[in-house]
Amino acid sequence: MEKTINLKLKVWRQDGPKAKGHFETYEVKNISTDSSFLEMMDVLNEQLIQEGKEPVAFDHDCREGICGMCSMYINGHAHGPDEDVTTCQLHMRKFKDGETVTVEPWRSAGFPIIKDLMVNRNAFDQIIAAGGYVSVGTGGVPDANAIPISKEDADEAMDAASCIGCGACVATCKNGSAMLFVSAKVSQLALLPQGKVERARRAKRMVAKMDELGFGSCTNTGACEVECPKGVSITNIARMNREYLMAKFKD
Amino acid sequence: MTKIESKIPEGPLAQKWTNYKNNQKLVNPANKRKIDIIVVGTGLAGASAAASLAEMGFKVKNFTIQDSPRRAHSIAAQGGINAAKNYPNDGDSVYRLFFDTIKGGDYRSREANVYRLAEVSNSIIDQCVAQGVPFAREYGGYLANRSFGGAQVSRTFYARGQTGQQLLLGAYQALMRQVNEGNVDLHTRTELVEIVIVEGKARGIITRNLITGKLERHFGHAVVIATGGYGNTFFLSTNAMGSNGSAAWKAYQNGAYFANPAYVQIHPTCIPVHGEFQSKLTLMSESLRNDGRIWVPKKKEDAEAIRAGKLKPTAIAEEDRDYYLERRYPAFGNLVPRDVASRAAKERCDAGYGVGATGLAVYLDFKDAIDRLGRDAIEARYGNLFQMYEKIVDENPYETPMMIYPAIHYTMGGLWVDYELQTNIPGLFAIGEANFSDHGANRLGASALMQGLADGYFVLPFTIQNYLADDIRTPRMSTDLPEFEEKEKMVKEKFEKLLSIKGEHSVDHIHKELGHVMWDFVGMARNKEGLQKALDRILEIKKEFWTNVRIPGKADGINLELEKAGRLADFIEIGELMARDALNREESSGGHFREEYQTEEGEALRRDDEFAYVSCWEYKGDDKEPVLNKEELKFEFVELKTRNYK
Repeated sequence: MEKTINLKLKVWRQDGPKAKGHFETYEVKNISTDSSFLEMMDVLNEQLIQEGKEPVAFDHDCREGICGMCSMYINGHAHGPDEDVTTCQLHMRKFKDGETVTVEPWRSAGFPIIKDLMVNRNAFDQIIAAGGYVSVGTGGVPDANAIPISKEDADEAMDAASCIGCGACVATCKNGSAMLFVSAKVSQLALLPQGKVERARRAKRMVAKMDELGFGSCTNTGACEVECPKGVSITNIARMNREYLMAKFKD
Repeated sequence: MTKIESKIPEGPLAQKWTNYKNNQKLVNPANKRKIDIIVVGTGLAGASAAASLAEMGFKVKNFTIQDSPRRAHSIAAQGGINAAKNYPNDGDSVYRLFFDTIKGGDYRSREANVYRLAEVSNSIIDQCVAQGVPFAREYGGYLANRSFGGAQVSRTFYARGQTGQQLLLGAYQALMRQVNEGNVDLHTRTELVEIVIVEGKARGIITRNLITGKLERHFGHAVVIATGGYGNTFFLSTNAMGSNGSAAWKAYQNGAYFANPAYVQIHPTCIPVHGEFQSKLTLMSESLRNDGRIWVPKKKEDAEAIRAGKLKPTAIAEEDRDYYLERRYPAFGNLVPRDVASRAAKERCDAGYGVGATGLAVYLDFKDAIDRLGRDAIEARYGNLFQMYEKIVDENPYETPMMIYPAIHYTMGGLWVDYELQTNIPGLFAIGEANFSDHGANRLGASALMQGLADGYFVLPFTIQNYLADDIRTPRMSTDLPEFEEKEKMVKEKFEKLLSIKGEHSVDHIHKELGHVMWDFVGMARNKEGLQKALDRILEIKKEFWTNVRIPGKADGINLELEKAGRLADFIEIGELMARDALNREESSGGHFREEYQTEEGEALRRDDEFAYVSCWEYKGDDKEPVLNKEELKFEFVELKTRNYK
């Protein structure tokens, strides 16, 4: 049954990449516990607009947990206190009446802040551009059933491929490492026969790009896996390390 | 009246596409390098087109409003993609996929286009597998299929409940490979705000950089619109928050016909609306109808008790449940097409049998499937969807039936295009959901992904060359031309005007008002009186918007409210054209249901003698009535019949 709650929000406000940021405190009232966290932020913004103030800038789009655009660090957790959800699917029933909720952007050297809660995740695109694909052009490919792939491999590739590129792993990692993101793509493609041909080249190029863009190194704390809204496993990191080493041995 | 030339090639249906390809003009590799193509949008259609064109050697400029091409709303498609592979050996063929699509679209689409779509469908699956898309497989290692509404064969390929995501990532990765090779110039967080026409041809666009607010000019020998549909006119829909119809609308305002705007798809299986702050509706994949059974209580008093929270659905005995789709449509049962399933749900709820707190919901029940196949099998098929449902509604669908209700999902209407996917403005093309071409009055499930990728990988890259072959002597143009200057000035003035209003209501506030009018009068059931009322109300909302909207901040830098305002200005006008088209179409076909035109059993009544045409609306100026042109639909290969799913 629907209930409503009142909250105090501490929201990070920052005018631009170089500006100095600070927390601003707001109150929101009569929030339906059936609302999503972003719908609560909509209420806050509506309130700010009515007061003649600038609304809080945040990224969001599909609001069904798949586009990977929403990215809030809530009460010390990427995507907030619930498990296996993105911010847009976090619901207000997870909060208590009168609670103070702290909302911050992803904080990582790899993701510079653009404004308020918006960050620049262009680095992820650059890593994919460096090699996160099978080099095949349109047309001239064999029939889809020409190469059987074991169900286990297909399922495991799908597990890795379910990454939505939100960056929660990087935001959570104390080193700001992008290993979970990169390894998920390396794993997906290394598990499939179509991707095996250029596995060595892919692993080397993606890792090199990741290092170049200032992401930290992995120290196996496993925090990324815990906060990943899609449950992408750190076994992918182990697989990527093997892929990378094998590629280097060949050189 | 202007003559509409659809450029359908000669020959028998199955030979048309081959004939076309054999005779079209091509651009040689040396010339391709000298030609710029603008592709707006990075969803399935946009990304696949941009990647394919770049691989061929054209210079591509690709634009998206999101921070990355991978965020485009194609990513949210759940259930699957159709193809005529006939791997399950259940009687499928290119002809049958063509026929099902024509019939599903209620005989309001072009035969030749739909046949081509069915014909290239198989290549899409081959292409995606080659890219490493992890489609579901059987234990033998071969691809798995499932069924979708409107078909009696299993022709849908899928990657769990995330098929759109996996297909988009495939296209995105192909695109990023071309970005890496320098063949695609990618502009993220950049929005098209105008289209530039030089000597009657589309030659460029004006964009707004969403971070700096700067207006920028871009030249292209051709411009491709791949920006999706206009479902967000309704405010609440299954579309992403940023999905908008503005690029298509700019094309319309520059003279491109807008075709069949009234054809909107209402998806039967969405999570019901919960309250006034709701920002979007979440879809539950149609694939759930493979195993879920839809019902409402047979007795009104049971429905009332459920609404009051005094009775649980699991307590209702089998004989007291009305599986109304199985009752009304025994041949297709729970797998009738979307428009039929949506209207049937509305009919039961309007009659007082609806469930949930609002009475605007029906049950989708998995109990029988779980008893038959076991919970693990159901979890393997739909686990992520069940989890999503539980996160939103806070109920466990393994134990109690899901509640669902129809919601706006997809727009079959869009920019009018000929067989070459070119609008009536030379050099301006439209692909994917942004065009009107393949789904007629109703789209079948798992066909949006098919059409987006068909257009982007296998149709546009050929047909655009037929146009560009005559343009190889045209050098790249300067963006200092007065045509660019003038459009940029127009946009600048529009934004300044919006910012100067400083009224009382936020953009969302006015958008919600528009949404209510659209849902009440231009939604699942329409009638003359209601549509006329909608037209009056939309005019009032338009006035309200232009005199009373409040947009904080300035045009420079990030201004999310200004972005939304620009899109809402267009949604209001799109809503008006939708109502106008719905009023004109005095028949019921597919997603367009006019209450005055129904059979005694409440089924849609088409009027082929008068309405077997595509409505092509032509812009005549702001505040002037648009002109209706008609493209007659000729059915040479299939016989027009009343759809029967009984």
